[in-house]
Amino acid sequence: MWNYENRLEFPVNIKNPNAKLAQAIISQFGGPDGELAASMRYLSQRYSMPHKEVAGLLTDIGTEELAHLEMVGAIIFQLTRNLSMEEIEKSGFYKYYVDHTVGVWPQAAGGIPFNACEFQVKGDPITDLHEDMAAEQKARSTYDNILRLIDDPDVCEPIKFLRAREIVHYQRFGEALRITQDKLDSKNFYAFNPAFDRCEDCGCDN
Amino acid sequence: MGSKEQLLHDIGIVGFVLIELGLYLDTHPSDRGAMEYFNHYSRIKQQMTKEFSMKYFPLTLELAESGKEWRWGSAPLPWEGECV
Repeated sequence: MWNYENRLEFPVNIKNPNAKLAQAIISQFGGPDGELAASMRYLSQRYSMPHKEVAGLLTDIGTEELAHLEMVGAIIFQLTRNLSMEEIEKSGFYKYYVDHTVGVWPQAAGGIPFNACEFQVKGDPITDLHEDMAAEQKARSTYDNILRLIDDPDVCEPIKFLRAREIVHYQRFGEALRITQDKLDSKNFYAFNPAFDRCEDCGCDN
Repeated sequence: MGSKEQLLHDIGIVGFVLIELGLYLDTHPSDRGAMEYFNHYSRIKQQMTKEFSMKYFPLTLELAESGKEWRWGSAPLPWEGECV
């Protein structure tokens, strides 16, 4: 189960609305490499992780990603607060506004709705941990792209924090992959799927 | 910064230390130095969270003990920020 702490992981206090920027940053809410996909990926992959410490890491990173989803939601909310109709029309935000007004809905910057196909649960720990490492790098690249679009320090600081977390999570997933591989047949990591195959069925010696 | 903002800011810092150490310890479960560090900051975070929740508004449901008014429901929303 989960408990809620009624505060953000890192403060978000944006003074000036910017509808154009909100349309780019929303990709980290519901886009292909966004925080919703990240959280759902890790929390769904836990069940087929054969090693307790790796399943525990997926719970903890999946939980932190929910806190990041809340931060990105706060950024979108504050960037679209007190917008004038003129700003909505001029910035191109009107295409989003017509369906959602200034509510926060999970979609990519290009308008594609959130979809579970943006992540995978292969049910093979080696495969899934490689996806997790790639996912952290893709999110880091997205934050790099976002940072090139920003000159407001109020937006820059929380985005820089989120970018740094991707790097730490990548490191931890690398360690989780090593832990998983250390516990497999070291002669061939890919001989069998430790979440599914029984060792005696695949003819390995151990 | 007033004492309310300062305390919430400090809780954010100590809370972050615990998140970071928690992930590190998930993959380094025998690092005793890191565990001592974790235990130290965990105690501080619990004290600060309790103090903040009693003085200002509850940060967790368990710390939302209420008398006349339901305190959990009247707490500020975290996404509003300080610039409302």
